[in-house]
Amino acid sequence: MIWPTSNWIDIGALDDIPRRGARVVRTAHGCVAVFRTQDDRVFALDDRCPHKGGPLSEGIVHGDAVTCPLHGMVIGLADGQARGADSGAVATHPARVEGGRILLDAARLIRGRAA
Amino acid sequence: MKRKLVVIGAGMASGRMLEHLLAADPDGWDITLFNAEPRGNYNRIMLSPVLSGEKTWDEIVTHDEAWYAANRIACRFGEPVVRIDRQARVVHSNRGSAPYDKLVIATGSAPFVIPVPGRDLPGVVTYRDLDDTNAMIAAARPGAKAVVIGGGLLGLEAAAGLRQRGMEVTVIHLMGHLMERQLDPAAGYLLQRDLERRGIRVHCRGSTAAILGKDRVEGVLLEDNTGYEADLVCMAVGIRPETRLAVDAHLEVARGIVVDDRMVTSDPDILALGECVEHDGQLFGLVAPLYDQAKVAAATLMGQDAAFRPVQTATKLKVTGVDLFSAGDFADKPGREDIVFRDPARGVYKRLVIEQDRLIGAVMYGDTADGSWFFGLIKDATSIAPMRDTLIFGPTYQGGATANPLAAVAALPPEAEICGCNGVCKGTILTAIEGGATTLAEIRATTKASASCGTCTGLVEQVLASALGDAFEKPAAQPICGCTDLTHEDVRRLIKARGLKSMPAVMQELGWKTSCGCATCRPALNYYLLADWPGEYRDDPQSRFVNERNHANIQKDGTFSVVPRMWGGVTTPAELRAIADAAEKYAVPMVKVTGGQRIDLLGVRKEDLPAIWADLNAAGLVSGHAYAKGLRTVKTCVGSDFCRFGTQDSTGLGIRLEKRLWGSWTPHKVKLAVSGCPRNCAEATCKDVGIVCVESGYEIGVGGAAGMDVKETERLAKVATEDEAIEIVVAFVQLYREHAKYLDRPYKWLAKVGLDWVRAQVVEDRASRAALVARFDLSQSIHQRDPWAERAIPQARAGFAPLADLTREAAE
Repeated sequence: MIWPTSNWIDIGALDDIPRRGARVVRTAHGCVAVFRTQDDRVFALDDRCPHKGGPLSEGIVHGDAVTCPLHGMVIGLADGQARGADSGAVATHPARVEGGRILLDAARLIRGRAA
Repeated sequence: MKRKLVVIGAGMASGRMLEHLLAADPDGWDITLFNAEPRGNYNRIMLSPVLSGEKTWDEIVTHDEAWYAANRIACRFGEPVVRIDRQARVVHSNRGSAPYDKLVIATGSAPFVIPVPGRDLPGVVTYRDLDDTNAMIAAARPGAKAVVIGGGLLGLEAAAGLRQRGMEVTVIHLMGHLMERQLDPAAGYLLQRDLERRGIRVHCRGSTAAILGKDRVEGVLLEDNTGYEADLVCMAVGIRPETRLAVDAHLEVARGIVVDDRMVTSDPDILALGECVEHDGQLFGLVAPLYDQAKVAAATLMGQDAAFRPVQTATKLKVTGVDLFSAGDFADKPGREDIVFRDPARGVYKRLVIEQDRLIGAVMYGDTADGSWFFGLIKDATSIAPMRDTLIFGPTYQGGATANPLAAVAALPPEAEICGCNGVCKGTILTAIEGGATTLAEIRATTKASASCGTCTGLVEQVLASALGDAFEKPAAQPICGCTDLTHEDVRRLIKARGLKSMPAVMQELGWKTSCGCATCRPALNYYLLADWPGEYRDDPQSRFVNERNHANIQKDGTFSVVPRMWGGVTTPAELRAIADAAEKYAVPMVKVTGGQRIDLLGVRKEDLPAIWADLNAAGLVSGHAYAKGLRTVKTCVGSDFCRFGTQDSTGLGIRLEKRLWGSWTPHKVKLAVSGCPRNCAEATCKDVGIVCVESGYEIGVGGAAGMDVKETERLAKVATEDEAIEIVVAFVQLYREHAKYLDRPYKWLAKVGLDWVRAQVVEDRASRAALVARFDLSQSIHQRDPWAERAIPQARAGFAPLADLTREAAE
């Protein structure tokens, strides 16, 4: 079977997400948090903190990291890895901005992380 | 019988003399202290940090009213002495007189005003006392232009302070390089370069011809025809001893009032000390020799033998971030040799001047850690021949010691001076440590080291650390977070002092180490800016914790809880019906009564929040701010309306308070209660503010707690009327808003500032209370809006919904 290697889907305008903020995209595999940094970079991560499942999309975004709203674990947006003394990671998903629109690689999101 | 001592001038020198005198002979004297300034003794050296906003006036007061009262000193402040009658032994002020057995003249110095046209224009100030400092602070609008005439110690501190307050600053200096009395040209250049990097323009070899302006100052014209615009001109070209009283009294006066080694003037019953005196042909401007004079003068008054011997002094510039040290003599002369070290990339310059194998001068810029070691070599005239090769690298290189940061201090001999202001050497500090001192505060109390200008604080801590090892814990001036070295208190003060009105301005001007802060500092900064600049600063939702951003409390599964306000815990059947309808419509999993007398709907999905709010709004219910650092609830009992014991209408007062206080953000949550009688059914005595009604009025308590800590309120005031009770509570909340550290509940804040201070502001001082209430009302005019209503509108609802839904795509 041949899956398409990528399938970029337009999920919304960059300005739908506030700078240093996030919005959620619902997928069959759970929610994905799409973050926008102060300098307009965009990252997509599973919206579940590796610590106790907190919604990362509700955290405070600083630099290229987010602090989970439930217990304060800090997650790097680019690699999904916990920072500092904590350990743990969340899955990241390819995301990019083109002409003011946010594109997610939905092929992976639709068929899941296992592929 | 007590002898009468009159002191003219409440400055640092006479203040120190009184300390010595009272310590040795507390009951020997009736002391009268005159001061032309309407205040007592303060640490004049620290006016520069006050000007720049890094310190407050309160922090630099050395003798407060309580001290003068405890020592029974008759203070006659704001009462300048106009005449000394030596025959009758009486001094006359503008308002009265005082007889003396002994008189001490400590009139200090007056700033020198260069005699150019325009020097009397409004907007031309000198830099000498608190009034001058306040005049400059008042004139320092960001973007306005200031010209400082004089590039010496004082002028540069003034320039840096004005620059830190956002002014465009030009320094005009007569000589070829800055601080020519303390620095050689190379160090002067580095200093000029650093100041220019901070945006201060420096014009050397500039001679002022005139100060221009019609009704007030508009500019400065130099002899070379250069002109600078100016909204403020600060003259800091030097000082001269204030000798007029002594001249009129026919005491011997040269440049200063002439004193002998015992600090006695030409009249045996009159002593003089401080910047007004001349001793052995020499004048004094730095504080260290003045403190020596104070010791000698006190001894002379007590009839002991003591002699003043001026010692060498070292100079440091108190401009944050500029590291500069100079001591001794560094002029080029035959027979002198230099050792120079330069590191241009780091901006480091060190120069040692040697004469006949003795160090006689040192100038250091950029790295002054070894300053006191070099100063010790100069004072003791130590032969440097055996260590000449590595001398410039400092004490750690002598004897092959390792480059441990503490090693330099550990290597200092006991005679090495640590605190220049108070002449405290390392041995004195070690003795204090052996005597049981383990903290900086204890060292300050026992030795006075680091108690004046404070630049040696780091050194004193290093002495403590090297003597005590791990037993010494550096006092935790806890920075807010890893993004800054500043404490919450520092940042609050600097935001106000420097008019910082946006988060980027705070982070840029205060040197944040991260690009946009972190989850710890951003909510704090957002609060401080909101509280300090109501109407000017716009709330930043992205710097708020989730609950305040979404106006609901997040639960462990990511759902939210919704709590409508029930004023004073009173509700109606219609409200209860609306709540019940909403709970059913949105399938709320749990409905719970809270401890604050209202109803919590738990488990609401984020995307349903705007809709449930709209439904509740329609029934007249508004946000209860159960999520906010702001007013939560006002718990009440039923009071005189129903209860047979109730003394006042506690329910009505609770509702009035809640309607008055809801809306504005506070450093942490605020909970109130009003009980109708001392049986206290509303549990008012463990709330942030709790009122207990009695027959004769209202007892207002503050600073209670019933959380991690349990604490009973302390009595703030008792008043007769509801209106006054409300006014005091509003003023208290506003004072808390303006001063507390973010996330300090009122009881923690009160422990820091003291209830007495708070009571003075909100109860005793009516004008202060009224001003606090007015500032609270201004904030309420902006923040008292129902956040639910603002977000229940269609435009705002989108933000609560997912950005996209890919679940259907997955199904295809």
